[in-house]
Amino acid sequence: MSDPSENQVRYDQARFVEDGHYEPLLAEKDLTRVEIDGDDAESPLPNDLTREALEFPDLSEPELARHYVRLSQMIYGIDTGPYPLGSCTMKYNPKFTEDVAALPSGAVHPDRSERSTQGTLELMYRLQDYLGRIGGMDAVTLQPPAGAAGEFVGIRVAAAYHDHNGESHRDEVIIPESAHGTNFATAALGGYDVVSLPSDEGGRVDLEALEAALSENTAALMLTNPNTLGLFERDIAEIAEMVHDVGGLLYYDGANLNALLGRARPGDMGFDVMHYNVHKTFATPHGGGGPGAGPVGVVDELAPFLPSPRVREADDAESDADETTYELFDPEHTIGKVHGFQGNWLVLVKTFAYIARLGDEGLTDASAKAVLNANYLASQIDYEVPYGPFHHEFVASAGEQDAADVAKRMLDFGVHPPTTKWPEIVPEALMTEPTEIESKATLDRLAAAFNAVTTESDETLESAPERTTARRIDQTTAARNPRLAWQALEDE
Amino acid sequence: MHGSQHTGSPYAPHTDEEGAAMLEAVGVDTADDLFDIPPEVQFDDEFGIDSRTERETRRLVRSILDRNDELTELLGRGHYGYYVPSLVDHLADRSEFLTSYTQYQPEVSQGFLQVLFEYQSLLVELTGLEIANCSMYDAATALGEAATLADRVRSVSGHRVLVPDLLLEGRRSTLENYVAGTDLEIETYPTADANVDLDALEDAVDDDVVMVYAENPTVRGTIEERLGAVGELATDVDAMFVLGTDPIALSLLERPADVGADVVVGDASVLGLPTSYGMGLGLFATREDYLRQVPGRLVGVSEDATGRRAYTLTLQTREQHIRRERATSNICTNQAWVALRSAMHAAVLGPSGMVDLAKRGVTRAEALADRVDDLAGASAPVHDRRHFREFVVRVEGPASVVVADLEERGFAVHAVDDHEIQVCVAGVPDDELDGFVAALEEVVR
Repeated sequence: MSDPSENQVRYDQARFVEDGHYEPLLAEKDLTRVEIDGDDAESPLPNDLTREALEFPDLSEPELARHYVRLSQMIYGIDTGPYPLGSCTMKYNPKFTEDVAALPSGAVHPDRSERSTQGTLELMYRLQDYLGRIGGMDAVTLQPPAGAAGEFVGIRVAAAYHDHNGESHRDEVIIPESAHGTNFATAALGGYDVVSLPSDEGGRVDLEALEAALSENTAALMLTNPNTLGLFERDIAEIAEMVHDVGGLLYYDGANLNALLGRARPGDMGFDVMHYNVHKTFATPHGGGGPGAGPVGVVDELAPFLPSPRVREADDAESDADETTYELFDPEHTIGKVHGFQGNWLVLVKTFAYIARLGDEGLTDASAKAVLNANYLASQIDYEVPYGPFHHEFVASAGEQDAADVAKRMLDFGVHPPTTKWPEIVPEALMTEPTEIESKATLDRLAAAFNAVTTESDETLESAPERTTARRIDQTTAARNPRLAWQALEDE
Repeated sequence: MHGSQHTGSPYAPHTDEEGAAMLEAVGVDTADDLFDIPPEVQFDDEFGIDSRTERETRRLVRSILDRNDELTELLGRGHYGYYVPSLVDHLADRSEFLTSYTQYQPEVSQGFLQVLFEYQSLLVELTGLEIANCSMYDAATALGEAATLADRVRSVSGHRVLVPDLLLEGRRSTLENYVAGTDLEIETYPTADANVDLDALEDAVDDDVVMVYAENPTVRGTIEERLGAVGELATDVDAMFVLGTDPIALSLLERPADVGADVVVGDASVLGLPTSYGMGLGLFATREDYLRQVPGRLVGVSEDATGRRAYTLTLQTREQHIRRERATSNICTNQAWVALRSAMHAAVLGPSGMVDLAKRGVTRAEALADRVDDLAGASAPVHDRRHFREFVVRVEGPASVVVADLEERGFAVHAVDDHEIQVCVAGVPDDELDGFVAALEEVVR
């Protein structure tokens, strides 16, 4: 393996780079003011119902095409190279799923009749069924538009369940210190007090601390398994029993499900409610931050509380059709809605297509390869990996180096760095999840990038990156003097 | 072909030799040895899901979705099917946009950050407010976030949130869930002929009101005529005035800043997304005063080590990955790629195109209402107001029967009351509107 520092990494294609910026804003290319005059005979509305004018760039289609292509060239995506962000499961997004999501027959309005949208309902029903099997859950809603929205459904379902049982006094949600930030924020949004749970020496749930945290006020324990260190919570059966013994519910954060497909299911571990991050486990594209989808699965006892509507097979005695008929229904004690309609439909179609393509064999293999890749990569890097045995991801420590600087320097070697400085249980954390899609050669290149950085000086690290289009960006100024629109730049 | 080398995931590139070398490097015999799962929770069964080739999967999805009837939709009420220019599909589908993550490494994400900055700028121009975030999930969740913002910044001791009685059920219900963790209570105020009933609202407003919500256009397509007065009612009691709207309506209708809006929410996917079964893009804009309480991601300007202008996510200490239970929202994954599409669509239209599209929303709705009103057995518009892209029609027979009869003739409309249907012109070509009028004439005769 050659030393990556000798490679000449170049990110950008041929472009004009102007002195002050890499690509002018649309508003710097043109800004045209269109007056709206209600006195004009052509105007459909009087002046008191309209704005005065609209000022916006007026550019031709070819100019716009170049603008967006140039901008796209300043972005690193999965198709650019490895993207081992821990906890993010940056998998390859199969191209054909874009084609099936774009099928005109799927482009229907949510207020259409059930009779005229049997295709949409069937796809949703089948996806509910797939997800239920994969998670070991009895009932599934597809409505939550992201993982955090799925967590919110879980928390609201737990609240409704406890209320229904006359246990509204339960006002605490227990969350391990190493959990995803969304868990804490979601519990708080739901009005719960957060009880933070320390890890034991091995990086897992500390059973004694859990025992002390559990009480008659416990509404739920939120866990991800494997946890954010990639470790399987071996005591999960006992944890479930402890939570259930005090009348609490066990919530599964599905962010790390890519480690377990076909080998263990949250439902079998004793979880009562879970969300799936389809943009992680089932390869729908992250789109620069979204959209994702966060379907939620529950055990039978919680199904009456799920958001409305869900899809079921219709009781079809009168019909002599060959095909099953599907219908929408409101669960008996539904929490209502968490999205104006039915969530992120286009993402759900891609999810269905991915699962239908891979099937049992592909999904199980994906997890096996994801875990193999993480273990192989960890075995090839010089940074210390303090906890194990890990599964789909591992958390290395940058030791004396600043993990954020390490990440910037890795950019110079043409790879995307891992998630940094989190979870905090590992000093200067480099949280790394290569996923199943990387070949041995790519992992070797990634390892070489890690290893090249280990020996570099603080001075080099602090001035990195050198080879990216934009160099190290000053975060402090951005926050101290917030300029959040081109209108805020006009005075400069 | 690579797929023939192995069974399993078609997107995992390992050859048998590579796999063996990796296992050896790790020091185990098989991948099974890497799993540290106690036997009592292992899954020893199968899901029962067949594996398929890409072609088979495409055929499967197509065969399922082909069960949908092909109808001309005159549907709106919060989800609209405007025509989206081809440039949007082709350029938004570039891998760099589609397959990148949130811009936590801004040095290799400048392009996406700039697009999101341009999207924020578009909303700042449309609303006249200083701050717009780079997306919430949809209009309903943006409304929920507005209420939690009102809860955090309120200067009154009360707990009442006032919303119109006609508010869409999906928005109302989502709002209820978002405020479940606060002491806020949702109450409705009456509408008069679909618009805010100002007298009734004045009676309802008191010192206990934290937030007043109104929409323009309303859910029944009417254009509010006295929004400034609504804003004043809210401001007089130090309540937050939250306005629901969208970027196409805003291209023509009154600017929210000019009517005293503190927060603007709505569905920005009217630009950029075709009909998508209700998938949306939550618009969220607010005044500078609330900058540090805004939910969601914000893109700001800074410079890089060479002194050139550069973009970055900023004020992240508001967000869940830093602030955890004290964050301004739990949102993480958002609708960034839809915001990209929305910004692209706006750019293709340009200012004249946006204003013209909005004007056609008024003129085409009025023209269709006139034609419907000429039919025996139908009168339109029901409300004596100006309309934007949709309106309500009164029919003599039961609305449910009219809707079903229209569906048999290939047209989908809303039933909104026993004898009222609602129709929307957005994205429907003129010749299909002709067909609709002919079909409606048969149905209501």
